[in-house]
Amino acid sequence: MAVYILRRVIYTIPIAIGVSIVCFLLIHIAPGDPLSAVMPEGASAAIIAQIREAYGFDRPLPVQYLKWLGHVVTGDFGMSITTRRPVLGEVLPAVANTMILASTAVLFGFVTGCVLGIIAGYTAGSLTDRAVTAVAVTGVSIPHYWLGMVLVVIFAVNLGVLPATGMGSGGSGNFALDWASLRSLILPAITLSVIPAGIIARSVRATIAEVRKHEFVQTLYAKGLPGSRVFVHVVKNAMPTVLAIMGLQLAQLLGGSILVETVFAWPGTGFLMNSAIFNRDLPILQGTILTLAMFFIVINLLVDIAQTAFDPRIKRS
Amino acid sequence: MVCLSILFLIALAALLAPWITYHDPYKTSIARRLLAPGDARHWLGTDELGRDMLARLLYGGRLSLLTGLSPVILATAIGGTLGIIAGYLGGWINMMIMRLIDVFYAFPSVLLAVAISGALGGGIVNTVVSLTLVFIPPIARVAESVTTQIRSQDYVEAARATGAAGWHIVTGHVLSNVTGPILIYASSLVSVSIVLAAGLSFLGLGVKPPEPEWGLMLNTLRQSIYVAPLNSILPGVMIFATSMCFNLMSDGLRDAMDVKQ
Repeated sequence: MAVYILRRVIYTIPIAIGVSIVCFLLIHIAPGDPLSAVMPEGASAAIIAQIREAYGFDRPLPVQYLKWLGHVVTGDFGMSITTRRPVLGEVLPAVANTMILASTAVLFGFVTGCVLGIIAGYTAGSLTDRAVTAVAVTGVSIPHYWLGMVLVVIFAVNLGVLPATGMGSGGSGNFALDWASLRSLILPAITLSVIPAGIIARSVRATIAEVRKHEFVQTLYAKGLPGSRVFVHVVKNAMPTVLAIMGLQLAQLLGGSILVETVFAWPGTGFLMNSAIFNRDLPILQGTILTLAMFFIVINLLVDIAQTAFDPRIKRS
Repeated sequence: MVCLSILFLIALAALLAPWITYHDPYKTSIARRLLAPGDARHWLGTDELGRDMLARLLYGGRLSLLTGLSPVILATAIGGTLGIIAGYLGGWINMMIMRLIDVFYAFPSVLLAVAISGALGGGIVNTVVSLTLVFIPPIARVAESVTTQIRSQDYVEAARATGAAGWHIVTGHVLSNVTGPILIYASSLVSVSIVLAAGLSFLGLGVKPPEPEWGLMLNTLRQSIYVAPLNSILPGVMIFATSMCFNLMSDGLRDAMDVKQ
């Protein structure tokens, strides 16, 4: 087990380096000079050269990359062009807000997906199964940013029971464990939960239907075990797969919440990236993407290790 | 089958839009802004600049389908080729290609699309480029694993033993067995691609105004959500219907092709 974990961690390192190279190059594929936002209007050629040198842009790319990586590893992600504050100070609170939204959404999605999936898995082939599967397909097909707008129309515009946008009381941007904050979380979390709910429902259905075909289930019934006790055994066998999918969905949502955050003006990473793109604030964009990608890699790694720990049958080379 | 006909209708309506409606999708009218659906002249109402909604929804299908479909087609061609090469040749070439693919696979898909579009700037071409890059890694992975499986099959060994040239084995044996699984997998990505392409336009990173496109229409009409909620929701219905139909069609395709189940 320890050897497996070690090997898995070592395997992740080159990928993390590759991801950092892609993030570094993002600034360089951007059209125009990455420094155009800090260049004074009508700067002379000499001043431009001076600024390029000050930012290290006159060096060859590999040298620039290593220098940048050195800063990043020590937590220095550069300065925001619009706010002139350190990038990390802007990115971390946004990551925390996205985490609140994404984990709530995954929790919603997990509960809905499991309930639907178990019902469908137990009634495989029936009309109920078909209905549930249809709901699951709807969940994965729906443009969630549009669903967000529909929910706003229903619950904020027509019924006026929930806030349309913002986080915390009155959209203050401060999240506390109070009713006002939780109310502001409901609509965005439900919106973001439909995709994981659909995916989890589908895989729970498939896994449960699969597990129920195993001979041990028949044996349990034959032994005279009541249905509810057999159910516990079925769920226990289906759990590792389902938990792994839930973990992967959380990882996807961390990067995938940008559209929903935009609809609900949720001050997370998506919202931050969106404003960074329109202000051409490339350091913020780069910092956010790098942070989220690293989270994504780490969560995937943890899911992989946890899955192996839970299920000794999984043997990987 | 129902899905196929709905998709066919949407595509046909997009192509034949000028013959279905006499309204110009670009013509604005200050006096006729945000008319509710059911208007005598504008059946589905008008948008925030007084443009006919029906015309824009019909014409919008052109760009929405184009930006949604072409990334999957391009990614299938590029990713499929990379995967087959990696799977067939194996060794260090496989290693090089697949590790590069792994790097791009290590990004959440929406994030990667937004990152590339954000860096490159908006526009139709950049949308297609960024979504193609998003879909290459998963397709290449599927192509690689299927090819690796087929390469070790007895009939491929037999072909090699009888002295068939590598090129002949690839075109004659590998391609014919690999394309099915790759295409089935790629078809499941179309619905994601439609939603993501419209999503990029919704963020203002895709199609530029005043072009009619469903995601962009949602974006501009979002400001009017309190005044004309019905109008602002309509473009999403189109995205939803298209994505749902592609999803169901892909499911049907998988069930029909999968002899194992």
